[in-house]
Amino acid sequence: MLFTSYGFIAFLAVIIMLYYLVPRKWQWGLLLFGSYVFYFFSGWSNLLYLAAATLSTYVTALVIGKRQAADAAYMAAHKAELSREERKAHKEAEKAKQRRVMVLGILLAIGMLAAVKYTNFMIANINGVLSLLHSPARLSFLDIMLPMGISFYVFQSAGYLIDVYRGKTKAEGNLFRFALFVSFFPQLVQGPISRYDDLAEGLYAEHPFDKKNVAFGLQRVLWGYFKKMVIADRLLTAVTAIIGVPEVYGGAFVFAGMVLYAVELYCDFTGGIDITIGIARTLGIKVAENFVRPYFSKNLKEFWNRWHITMGTWFTDYIFYPVSVSRFMLKVSRGARKHLGDAVGKRVPVYLSCLIVWSATGIWHGASWNFIVWGLGNCIVLLISQELEPFYRWFHAHVKVRGSRLWDAFCVGRTLLIVSVLRLFDCYRNVPLTFRMFGSMVTADNWSGLFDGRLLELGLSGTDYMVAGLGTLLVLGVSLLQRRKSVRERIAALPYPLRFLLWYGLFLLVLLFGAYGIGYDASQFIYNQF
Amino acid sequence: MSGKSLFRIIISAGVVLAGLWLLQRLLVPKYMHGIVEGAMTAEFYQEKMDHDVVFVGDCELYENISPVTMWEQYGISSYIRGSAQQLIWQSYYLMEDTLRYETPKVFVFNVLSLKYNEPQKETYNRMTLDGMRWSASKAEAVRVSMLPEEQFADYVFPILRYHSRWQELEKDDLTYLFRRDKVTHSGYYMRVDVRPAENIPDPRPLGDYAFGENAWFYLEKMRLLCEEHGVRLILVKAPSLMPHWYAEWDEQVAAYAQEHGLPYYNFLETAEEYGLDYMTDTYDAGLHLNLSGAEKLGSYFGRILSEDYGVPDRRQEAAAAAVWEEKCAAYEAERQAQEARLAAGLPVKGEP
Repeated sequence: MLFTSYGFIAFLAVIIMLYYLVPRKWQWGLLLFGSYVFYFFSGWSNLLYLAAATLSTYVTALVIGKRQAADAAYMAAHKAELSREERKAHKEAEKAKQRRVMVLGILLAIGMLAAVKYTNFMIANINGVLSLLHSPARLSFLDIMLPMGISFYVFQSAGYLIDVYRGKTKAEGNLFRFALFVSFFPQLVQGPISRYDDLAEGLYAEHPFDKKNVAFGLQRVLWGYFKKMVIADRLLTAVTAIIGVPEVYGGAFVFAGMVLYAVELYCDFTGGIDITIGIARTLGIKVAENFVRPYFSKNLKEFWNRWHITMGTWFTDYIFYPVSVSRFMLKVSRGARKHLGDAVGKRVPVYLSCLIVWSATGIWHGASWNFIVWGLGNCIVLLISQELEPFYRWFHAHVKVRGSRLWDAFCVGRTLLIVSVLRLFDCYRNVPLTFRMFGSMVTADNWSGLFDGRLLELGLSGTDYMVAGLGTLLVLGVSLLQRRKSVRERIAALPYPLRFLLWYGLFLLVLLFGAYGIGYDASQFIYNQF
Repeated sequence: MSGKSLFRIIISAGVVLAGLWLLQRLLVPKYMHGIVEGAMTAEFYQEKMDHDVVFVGDCELYENISPVTMWEQYGISSYIRGSAQQLIWQSYYLMEDTLRYETPKVFVFNVLSLKYNEPQKETYNRMTLDGMRWSASKAEAVRVSMLPEEQFADYVFPILRYHSRWQELEKDDLTYLFRRDKVTHSGYYMRVDVRPAENIPDPRPLGDYAFGENAWFYLEKMRLLCEEHGVRLILVKAPSLMPHWYAEWDEQVAAYAQEHGLPYYNFLETAEEYGLDYMTDTYDAGLHLNLSGAEKLGSYFGRILSEDYGVPDRRQEAAAAAVWEEKCAAYEAERQAQEARLAAGLPVKGEP
């Protein structure tokens, strides 16, 4: 059930109505039921994956939680009898046992994800190696469908398990309540990747009908639909046309495709998240923000702090930090300092951790080399940027441009260009082809092709480009306004007839200019595929 | 809730609904010029009297037989509920729909659509179904006609289907915002021009000549429906040369008709009897008849209906005569207008 389908809108209307009609103590139960119904429509077999991830994480977290409680009780009872060393040894032994349970839980969840998402990737690579060795043997690919949103709910579950192990979060004792945390339907398919401590309270609390929550929530949903249906789904046609025939659309068209994809992806993903957060707010539940005007970032590091925030923090908290402080990395650090000197040696573990995190980020996005190279590309740019810090300091000490609007605009444009160029790996999904198309772009001599009507051969009319362009300007305008105060708050302060006209106007814009129905391909959200 | 809030909600809801209703009226295609087939289904509901004979079927009916001729020569009040590529299940539900308003003595069904066993094109679906008034029959007709890419909600709220037509709006969309002109004469689509049927290509042999299960299912439903309502069902094959009507198809229909005691007329076989000349009586090289051909067939079939099935002559009924006088006048006016345009070298169905 796509967010943009009539079925989903009807489903949502029913859920919201029932949510405020049933006794409040049943609200979370209704959400759980609704979430499983929602997921059922993506294919009943997908429910098995969801249930398996839920059950394995629930049980392992519960075991860890019980061990922690038992350990705390034991320590409280025997604290006086045990020496400091004995207490430490006991604690370490207990922590090791808990770690084994946690690893088991993570392996079960991530293993399931790996099985469905990465098996064919592995087979393709093994076949590639066999081919290089001139072996006639080949492994057959498996016919596996990737369950919708599995990367999101597996990561959310794994994060919860690690938090329980770390003692940051108390293990949830009620299986059904935990099942709701994993399956909460608005964020099930494309995130955000929520933390248990942030989401749980809102999920299980009783929510009386709150006019402001419902109004603000629905307004945000509508804004999400505008971005997704009016802009992203319209531009999808042209982007697909450019990417689909690289031998025809090279040079300047690669640039055009890159720019259109930047707008499409932003509107698609942030639109989806707006819908998610809006639905949750309508139900009185607060879900973490996933974007903070990322295209206004002045460097790549800042961009990654503002784009897909919950994924970034997940990788930082659950991979980067543990890897950085792991025994292995400490050994590497010591060795590097010894053999390469302090200046280089201290960088080695950081670089290694970065490479690991960005490789993981890449492969999380998709089981193919283009995503891994995309991740490594980001890593390399970030590390180069870090290495150039002394130069930047020197530059700004001698050239007084910092703080000027022109310099800020240059930085924003530069960052957007870097992000967009790296995304070519995502567009073409083939590493050698991406390099070729990048080469074709930088040596382009067909820029006039963008102005001689060939853009109109990409499945979009002049009117379509105009609608998408004006829509993008509106999104940009709203983003600029948001910097000071919430736009919805501003509109709420207007006289009723004016704000009614504004929201009704936005609704009509989606209704009339939305790229949906016959003639437009039903497009799922790009991040549903991850 | 305060009175002010309630008032505000009611007014807002009214504005929203009125705006959507108006937009929907603006955006749905009007089919008043050019392709007018989409306006045919709805036109039936403007009828001022009942009919003794109702035809259901595709273009082989609404372009091939003249109800006005049947009235003028035999006093038969008839109507063609036809539409482009009307599929057999759509014909069935149009029969059901007709029975909600009147019970004719005879239903005539053109059997060409038996060749289709599943939904074909969304455009034709819309042209047939959009004009139907809402009822259980329409809901079922939509349900069984939809292609995988279609959605039921698009039929309930046509604005969802036609939302992007704002790019194609023209004068007609404003002119016909609240009204429609008639595009047929008792369901008949008139063409006076001539294009001889020459060089008809040889029919392509088929792998399987058997009609599909679904098609038979709806023919059987038609028969039972007519039986239940005491309406005689007559099967016909209109005299169009293309698409080709295979002998194997004809045998299947004839066998079914014989088995169930239904009359079946293949007007292709009897063309000589009523003097049909494919060099002068077709306007598109044999696909459809022109006015001359449609009047010949109307005259021929009118006699059969009158003499063999006792369809009454209602020319003496004042009310019926008044209605048909109006229809005949409109028919004659269009004939003259088309002939004038033809004489002036203009397309007969151009803008007025």
